[in-house]
Amino acid sequence: MEQRVSLKRTSLYVSGSSPANINEAVFYNEDCIVYDLEDSVPTSEKDTARLIVYNALRYQRPADKYVIIRVNGIYSEFLDEDLEASVRARPDALRIPKVESAEEVQKISAKVAEIESQVGIEVGSIELWCNIESYLGVINALEIASADPRVVALALGAEDYTASMKAQRTKQGLEMFYARNALLIACRAAGVDAIDMVFSDIDDLEGLREDVSMARNLGFDGKTAIHPRQIDTINSFFTPSKKEINYALRVLAAVEEGKRLNKGAVALDGSMIDKPVELRALTTIAQARAAGIKIGGENHAG
Amino acid sequence: MPVNAVGRELPERIGNYLVKPYQGTNALEPTSKKVVSNRVLTLRPASGSKVVDTLEQAIQATGLKNGMTISFHHSFREGDLVVGQVLTAIRNLGIKNLRFAPSAVVNIKNPSIVDFVRDGTITRIEASGIRGELGDAVIDGLMEEPVILRTHGARPRAIEAGELEIDVAFIGASAADEYGNATGQIGPNACGALGYSFIDVTTAGKVVIITDNMVDYPCVPASISQQYVDYVVVVEQIGIPEKIGAGATRMTRNPRDLMIAQRIADVIAASRLFKNNFSFQTGAGSISIACTNYLADRMEERGIKASFALGGITANIVEMFNKGLVRVLEGSQSFDAVAARAIAEHPNILEIDNAVYSNMYGKGCMLDKLNFGVLTALEIDVDFNLNILTGSSGEMMGGLGGGPDVASGADISIAALPIVRGRTPSVVNKVFTICTPGETVAMVVTEAGIALNPRHKHYEMLREDMEKTDLKIVSIESLRQLAESFTGKPKQIECTDKIVCIVEYRDGTVIDVIRQIKR
Amino acid sequence: MQLKHPAVAGTLESSDVQVTIHPNNGMGLDIRIESIVKAQFGDAILETVEEVLASFGIAEALVRINDKGALDWVIRARMQAAICRGADCSFDWKGEDA
Repeated sequence: MEQRVSLKRTSLYVSGSSPANINEAVFYNEDCIVYDLEDSVPTSEKDTARLIVYNALRYQRPADKYVIIRVNGIYSEFLDEDLEASVRARPDALRIPKVESAEEVQKISAKVAEIESQVGIEVGSIELWCNIESYLGVINALEIASADPRVVALALGAEDYTASMKAQRTKQGLEMFYARNALLIACRAAGVDAIDMVFSDIDDLEGLREDVSMARNLGFDGKTAIHPRQIDTINSFFTPSKKEINYALRVLAAVEEGKRLNKGAVALDGSMIDKPVELRALTTIAQARAAGIKIGGENHAG
Repeated sequence: MPVNAVGRELPERIGNYLVKPYQGTNALEPTSKKVVSNRVLTLRPASGSKVVDTLEQAIQATGLKNGMTISFHHSFREGDLVVGQVLTAIRNLGIKNLRFAPSAVVNIKNPSIVDFVRDGTITRIEASGIRGELGDAVIDGLMEEPVILRTHGARPRAIEAGELEIDVAFIGASAADEYGNATGQIGPNACGALGYSFIDVTTAGKVVIITDNMVDYPCVPASISQQYVDYVVVVEQIGIPEKIGAGATRMTRNPRDLMIAQRIADVIAASRLFKNNFSFQTGAGSISIACTNYLADRMEERGIKASFALGGITANIVEMFNKGLVRVLEGSQSFDAVAARAIAEHPNILEIDNAVYSNMYGKGCMLDKLNFGVLTALEIDVDFNLNILTGSSGEMMGGLGGGPDVASGADISIAALPIVRGRTPSVVNKVFTICTPGETVAMVVTEAGIALNPRHKHYEMLREDMEKTDLKIVSIESLRQLAESFTGKPKQIECTDKIVCIVEYRDGTVIDVIRQIKR
Repeated sequence: MQLKHPAVAGTLESSDVQVTIHPNNGMGLDIRIESIVKAQFGDAILETVEEVLASFGIAEALVRINDKGALDWVIRARMQAAICRGADCSFDWKGEDA
């Protein structure tokens, strides 16, 4: 399957209980909106949250966002109906809480496939993001990331993970250092995106900056946001520099040139441009465009 | 019916009011009319004091009679206790049929202005805005005579042109002496600048100072000079301090408003006019306050200092002053306690006459010298006309304030609003009430993008400046469509033929009228 | 579909709507709408409420709408939730595939 270029710098959680927040979320600069049916929705409101999210996406799907629905846990009584509703809402992806094994992923993928075929959408078109939020999830990260072609990203959840580890949550996040690296290694090995954990103190933008800086340096592709105030800060760290953009443009130009001359392999500055390099360049340009950076004289006025 | 320059059909007369239709901002004509004033030569008081025991005695002494015009200032905002006490005293004296002409009607309760309209004490109202209970009642047809709404700049013009002659001005002051020197800067109910009352004090037939804080002669500082004052009355309380400083000014935490505020600062910073000695007025809405903070950041980053900030002054503008980011603050109003105190503390923080701030017929006013003005609004239409008075269901939401004046005076006037509030679209085909003509609005900044006005005098300059940035520029029509895609198409509000408000532009022409809502 | 008992869905927060629904056996439909945007959207709200009732085949009910500026899809969602609660049933997701 051809790998898609999609931006995942920021995923903003929006509660399925809050129409006001759902309305406003489309205007912020996040790349992905995560409509939540799980933690932000009280047990007594699961039925109406499902209907809110379903109708929101059916009637007012945001035009230029990657749309995700976070369903309830794999062993919860709400999951089956969540899937019935969520698949029919046709999101880009489902986000599954607390995944711990490949088998769990495959079970969900099969259920999704069944509903996809009932609904008449292409089977396999809905992607999966697996939340890794326990030591088992971390241990099994590679098998989870490779469990099914639907899986495109693993997302780290710090609160439940640290609880499972009997660790203390700190702002510096040393207790998460191993899990972050373990998840990243699995994602890179499986060729999926790695999404960093939330930074919980929404008033501490300086702390957020340090936290995102670390995530970006480690290699993460994006980070989950719990409040709109965090979005621009997170994006800024995952937005490519002028130097990176220029390099990406040169890579793509070389690829074009290669195609034009019908060359099988292309080199730039003495090194070969293989598929991952090309994809990375495409992602760089997409990230830059999403950040509003005008590339090559293009103009957003209209 | 004649149609004015913003396309509104207007009758030639509304009762006794002769309509001069708005002709556009370039249609202004010079005048050689003499300034009209009711002030009379008055011999000094025999007793050496102007103090009168009660409001009733003071009112009697002014010779107030049925059908006359009385005025007040609005600097105590929602904390005002002066207007209610004076109107009650007038009612006790059985004086009726008055024209009530404050600089703005504040939303007072217990008593409400509506009570004085119902009992015939007040039969005409002329002000900047009539929010709250009074506004709702007026729009439902409370009054026989239409309310005349004027911008801050239009009021001194109307007074000096003889269109609004004030018989008695009742001026609340947080400190005064027995000879009538008075101020808003000190005392338990300090409100800061009294800039809206200067025109009343200097042109009214009689002037009464009302205070709850009598100080030794001479009162210093004195914003109002004894030479204009006829009587001084001491009452128990003129205001509620918490409400005087609240209301207009609050720092928002709403992320959508913060995003808009940040974009306004980005737009200003991207303009070629953003350089040393630039000037600005950001206002006091929640978006405005946040915008002031972001603007201060941009100034610090770029090492740019402003010459002056104008209009209503807030604590965060004073903070900019204290950091050395602005050389002079010119305030006609002080929106909070910090701004109120600051006038007395710093020689470069000034209390200015509203006429100096906004009256275009006063040989030029300060807002004509502004580079940037931020305008908050309830609605904008595809012609960039702004509505700052009426909600889209036809309810009275605010006052004209100085927004229309600032729009026409500033080089770059920036309207700020979200495209949707709840289910109410705020970018529309035609605003319900035109207050600020579109040709004076340079751009609108929303959560969904920035639209530039091709008809604005500085469009080309702005377009060039904005194209150099990564800011998202869209068309106003696309914002309108986006808003409607969320809300659905709103049904037009139905009105009767009865005109309940006349909206005057700063030159005294009629830009729009408000008709009674059909319920 | 038959309503079995009164039910409520939604909140009185800004941009939301609270729907209260009661069985109204033998008395037809009685829909009352309170809305902060009634002047502009009262008719549209009524239309949506009637459409959702019809889609469930409900011809007898007391419906009270307390709207705080909810967009159309929110009204739809809250109506569907209130009806399912009042009828003790789950939403018919397969019905959406038609």
